[in-house]
Amino acid sequence: MRATRRISLHSVESVLATAQTFTLDGISARPVRVEVDVHKGLPAFSVVGLPDAAVREARERVRAAMVNCGFQFPLHRIVANLAPASLRKAGPGLDLAIAAALLTASEQLALGALPSLALVGELALDGTVRGVPGVLAIAEAARERGIEAIAVPEENGAEAALVAEIDVIPVRSLDQLAALAGGEWMPERPEPMSLRLGATGGPDLADLRGQRHLRHALEVAAAGGHSLMMVGPPGAGKSLAASRLPSILPPLSPEEALEVARIASACGRLANDEVRGRPFRAPHHTVSPAGLVGGGNPPSAGEATLAHRGVLFLDELCEFRRDSLEALRAPLETGWVSIARAGAWRRLPCRFMLVAAANPCPCGRGEDDPECCCAPFAVSRYQSRLSGALADRIDLLAAVRQPSAEEMGGPPGEASTVVRERVAAARERQERRLGFGRCNAEMAPAELRECRLEEAAASLLADSYARHRLSGRAHDRVLRLAQTVADLSGSDAIGREQVAQALQLRRREKS
Amino acid sequence: MSEPRACPECLRRSRLLAHLAPYIERVATGSPGSRSPELLRLGNEDLAAAVAPKVAEQILTQVSVVPERRLRDDLIAAKCWACCRHDELYPGGLRDAADAPWALIGRGDAAHLKRLAPEEAVTVVGARRATAYGREVARDLGRDLAAAGLVVVSGLAFGIDACAHRGALEAGLTVAVLGCGADIAYPASHRSLWRQVCERGLVLSELPPGTGAWRWSFPARNRIMAALAEMTVVVEAAGRSGSLITADLAADLGRDLGAVPGPVSSRASGGTNDLLAGGACLVRDAQDVLDAMLGSGVRRSERLGPALDAQLGSVLAAVEAGADTCDAIAAHLDLSGAEAAASLATLEALGYLSCSLVGVYSRSMLKPPGI
Repeated sequence: MRATRRISLHSVESVLATAQTFTLDGISARPVRVEVDVHKGLPAFSVVGLPDAAVREARERVRAAMVNCGFQFPLHRIVANLAPASLRKAGPGLDLAIAAALLTASEQLALGALPSLALVGELALDGTVRGVPGVLAIAEAARERGIEAIAVPEENGAEAALVAEIDVIPVRSLDQLAALAGGEWMPERPEPMSLRLGATGGPDLADLRGQRHLRHALEVAAAGGHSLMMVGPPGAGKSLAASRLPSILPPLSPEEALEVARIASACGRLANDEVRGRPFRAPHHTVSPAGLVGGGNPPSAGEATLAHRGVLFLDELCEFRRDSLEALRAPLETGWVSIARAGAWRRLPCRFMLVAAANPCPCGRGEDDPECCCAPFAVSRYQSRLSGALADRIDLLAAVRQPSAEEMGGPPGEASTVVRERVAAARERQERRLGFGRCNAEMAPAELRECRLEEAAASLLADSYARHRLSGRAHDRVLRLAQTVADLSGSDAIGREQVAQALQLRRREKS
Repeated sequence: MSEPRACPECLRRSRLLAHLAPYIERVATGSPGSRSPELLRLGNEDLAAAVAPKVAEQILTQVSVVPERRLRDDLIAAKCWACCRHDELYPGGLRDAADAPWALIGRGDAAHLKRLAPEEAVTVVGARRATAYGREVARDLGRDLAAAGLVVVSGLAFGIDACAHRGALEAGLTVAVLGCGADIAYPASHRSLWRQVCERGLVLSELPPGTGAWRWSFPARNRIMAALAEMTVVVEAAGRSGSLITADLAADLGRDLGAVPGPVSSRASGGTNDLLAGGACLVRDAQDVLDAMLGSGVRRSERLGPALDAQLGSVLAAVEAGADTCDAIAAHLDLSGAEAAASLATLEALGYLSCSLVGVYSRSMLKPPGI
């Protein structure tokens, strides 16, 4: 960060200066070196090195910010090169580094006291430094590269401070860079923002009145990490129940919370306090495959990644585009989204719990309702989507019923904290058996064979297997659910009662 | 044993129907009901003149010049056989009907034809748009009647018909009468059911192989179903269901008519409740059908399930009382979600209940002992 040749601008052909910054690539940051060359010629300012439109417009912002902060804008031929030249640079976060390099090249700034400094931030025309997305990932990348200090927009300071072992310098405006370089000003390291591990003050499960079956299904789903499908008439409480699911999930571990924060930060959602414990995402059913799992060029994160470590709620499952649901299959299985584009390949994490809701028939009333007027063909076509390829990955089915007037007026249900304790205890048993961070829904076939079944339980399972002509997959699903039910009740072996519950809770297949 | 036979004249009649199908469609369809059974009473010349006056001569000649060899080869190619009214294997029930088909084209083991006597057969029909209740009853009725040795006749349509066939296939013999050629699975999504009926029962039609389905051909096939059996049972039908046509045709032939009652608030059971009000025999289970056909207590259809403890008994009673989801049971009996789930799954495993794709339970006709 210093001019390589300290010669007066008026007498030389050319001056070169550099600055270190980062650009966001998906949810991770890539280093970018800004090289600014000022040489004699007709006044011009060009930016090269695969900039996107926002980076190219940095020229106007940098020029105005410099002038409005009392610096001189050199009337020479200026070329800013962003290296490596093969990497696409996106977003306005490069403004501050371009300005710093240009100020250094024009000898208005000497950051020599800070040899290993990275700069990130967008400039306003008056020189204010505005916040940018992805500062958390950028600070982490900077630390990995051995950079000692990072100048970030003031509003992102708390976020960057989450990363230890790197000096965080919150900058409010371009003026402060000069003070910083002169050693006159060195701000305090900001307090790191507090990551919320569990849900506090969010919607509570107590709001769900009556609905014992749905509560039971939610609890089993949360305890074993099982995906859940709710079928019932509109207004029965499906969406309400789904939005309460994060509140009964066990709190995030600090590492998990950091993962969630990193994704939220890269998508620009960390600052506005939208991250409260486990994420809950409910995309509309018109969402495209790219919107759901991520895509575009350059590839960006989709709803599945935003729901990482949380809940992805697909309301009106049957109305979703078939290709969108198909796209969700592999990520659901592997916990990763891989997006390949010409010149870009990204792997984004997406380990989420899938919760789906659907009406029993196109009109929503259910075939057994005398008011239902759906043609049989329409109903069978509608329900066939309930057993499509995605639904095949769903473990639990809850038939939701309109609660009666007494239930609606009755006492509130059990609160989230009570349920969460039981869920946490069940998860603990699973971790002891399967290893850290794993749950029953992820049990491999070999692990399933190790489940301890009591004799009566085994005979009930074998009986049902033959009578209902269960598929092998459905058999394993029942076993996984039974294990979760056993974990919830705190017993070591799976009893008959627990297999029976699992049989009832399992998602039905088309016979 | 003898093979079913058909004379060339009767085979030509079915060929003529296939040729006239589009013309009959124009004349015979319209609401309410259909005039096709009346039309089919007519002889060849009259029928052709009535439905297609302009081309009657031409079509009659066209059919009359088809060589007998060709008629039989077409049957063999479609793996079908034919049995005409002049053959002794021709089902006796059809001889009572003035508008009976001249020849029946069939697929499946023709030896079953011998068992298709009206006093040993029962026709089970109902709406295509059936509720879980109707489907469950149809399936149980089909199974229990077939187990009691009766031949279950139905039409392979969506809803009640298919369930009756499926139930009967579990326990005995079933016959499907189609409104298209016997070699065509209609509706197409019932292809596997059609194949099972072909393998283990009979598929019959009055139209030659390869003929598609017409609107007029369904009332026409209903008259065959009504005539084949001594009794016709309508399981579930709304006020304007096509299965009521079969009931009318059966009543016209002087056959017994039975109906399964449904909730008075359910539109889906409006037609069957009307039939009952009009004097149809009340059908609650296979025993009611056996009593009505063969005399009270002549043949027993008993199916008792395993014994139930107090809680399972009360859950079963709750389902019978109309609580059809796990949640409703839990609320009704004040059980926890887990208890209700375990009880329901146990009852399902014992065969007392069945569960739909969307988690709605319905009661089977299996009776608990001691009640």
